Amino acid sequence: METLIQVSYLVAAALFILGLKQMSSPVTARRGILWAGAGMVLATLVTFMSPQILDSDQVSTNILLIIVAITLGGGYAWYSGKKVAMTDMPQMIAMYNGMGGGAAAAIAAVELLKASNEAAHDLSGTATVADILGADVAVLGILGAIIGTISFSGSIIAWAKLDGRLNRSKLLPMQHVINALLALVTLGFAAAIYFTNSIDPIVIFYLLALVLGIFITVPVGGADMPVIISLFNALTGLAVGFEGYVLGNAAMIIAGIVVGSAGSLLTQLMAKAMNRSVANVFFAGVGTDSGAVAGDGSEGVMKEIQAQDAGILMSFASQVVIIPGYGMAVAQAQHKIWELSQILTEKGVSVKFAIHPVAGRMPGHMNVLLAEAGVPYDMIYDMEDINADFKNTTVALVIGANDVVNPSAKNDTSSPLYGMPILDAINADNVIVIKRGRGAGFSGVENPLFFADNTKMLFGDGQKAVSELIQAVKEL
Amino acid sequence: MIEGLAAIYIFMLAGFTGYEIISKVPVILHTPLMSGSNFVHGIVLVGAMVALGIAETGTEQIIGFIAVLLGAGNAVGGYVVTERMLEMFKPSDKQSKGEGS
Repeated sequence: METLIQVSYLVAAALFILGLKQMSSPVTARRGILWAGAGMVLATLVTFMSPQILDSDQVSTNILLIIVAITLGGGYAWYSGKKVAMTDMPQMIAMYNGMGGGAAAAIAAVELLKASNEAAHDLSGTATVADILGADVAVLGILGAIIGTISFSGSIIAWAKLDGRLNRSKLLPMQHVINALLALVTLGFAAAIYFTNSIDPIVIFYLLALVLGIFITVPVGGADMPVIISLFNALTGLAVGFEGYVLGNAAMIIAGIVVGSAGSLLTQLMAKAMNRSVANVFFAGVGTDSGAVAGDGSEGVMKEIQAQDAGILMSFASQVVIIPGYGMAVAQAQHKIWELSQILTEKGVSVKFAIHPVAGRMPGHMNVLLAEAGVPYDMIYDMEDINADFKNTTVALVIGANDVVNPSAKNDTSSPLYGMPILDAINADNVIVIKRGRGAGFSGVENPLFFADNTKMLFGDGQKAVSELIQAVKEL
Repeated sequence: MIEGLAAIYIFMLAGFTGYEIISKVPVILHTPLMSGSNFVHGIVLVGAMVALGIAETGTEQIIGFIAVLLGAGNAVGGYVVTERMLEMFKPSDKQSKGEGS
């Protein structure tokens, strides 16, 4: 039986890796998640036959509890996952990720409580948790506990912030100093767990780690949230890997560490795409440093255009590049945009979608939103592939995007956006910007593109403006 | 049981594997892939089942129960959202003529 279980775990781990590999191409991605899902079902089923579980004194109670917990936790997640809107996907990922971190921390708690209990009843009277578990298991178990707990409480804060339930980004003065001290104290209690057989340090340790996760995440700005979520995802993977070592479970070690390293790389890629370093995300926030942003570059006037004229311009264009931003998704205009691009295509206009790496709430989020509306992925272009093409473009249609087309990221060293790669919409013959009002964008930075000679503003709600455009194009 | 040097080998190789998988991913798949890797660490459910399975005291059972509850949430939720996202990625069927990719 033991062999069957171990082989099944190995197969599951292989399915996870192959599944992730297939998820890295849009053609095979769908199959990838199915394979990984099959691995998960296999691993879960064989675990019911694990001798560790079957040899327990309370085998029937425990198995019943396992089934109830899986039904409740899985049922809730199934329901919420099916129901969530695509725009709210990032916070749901944060939530599920936090659950994983919490599970890893809870596994460690059971092991540590068992060990401290055993040590306390040891005949020598001086046994410690480390003696019972062995140094390697104790160290990795405690490390997994702290990482998992931080990921748990941090992810919940990230979820609350993205879901609009928590807006504050300041808790205490000198937050970073306090966080550093808190981290040291937490590590102190971690050492206390290791060198004693008492339950008290375990309880205090978990409470401190929970608070630490909250303190780390609260100051992080909304725009940086994807990086934090990705980081917590990697951390949970690491915690799962460590607890896998504690339990001697190969599937957990492999899957956890694969996610830990893949997630770390993904975090770096995201931070790079947003022109932030990971350290930056923790220790600063765009826009929080006083209001020294406004002013420069905002000379000139915005030129308005009516939907009719914009429609004519686009109908006779040779190429239209649509640049969607999160504002489009908020206005639920993606279906209308797709309708517009279909009509334009029928008229012989070449239509492309240009996606900035950080369009939407996290890299790739906009692609998901467009895919939901039915836009095929081969009409969607990454920044590197489309930027050279803007000079061949008659109309660049910017909808709900702002900072990602802000030219001051390129030529204004005083801009907070300076250095961020942008879409060169300004190089198109005409730029039409659909925008709700005249204010600055998400980051509060003025956008000189809106005042450029070749830019026309189409003010109004995204969905309504696009409907008018469709109408205008159809009438021709 | 996996111990000592063998474990270090597994840690190292798994680390390289994860790095290798991600290094060539187009940006359009970052969110689904993050979601997918989020699902994969839902394997923590298996460990949580063992933790609850070996629980003897009431406290251990409560914590183990929470572990399984959270682990199942991670695995199932991660699967559902990833599947929903990837389901929507399809190539253009007919109207994409010419216009090399």
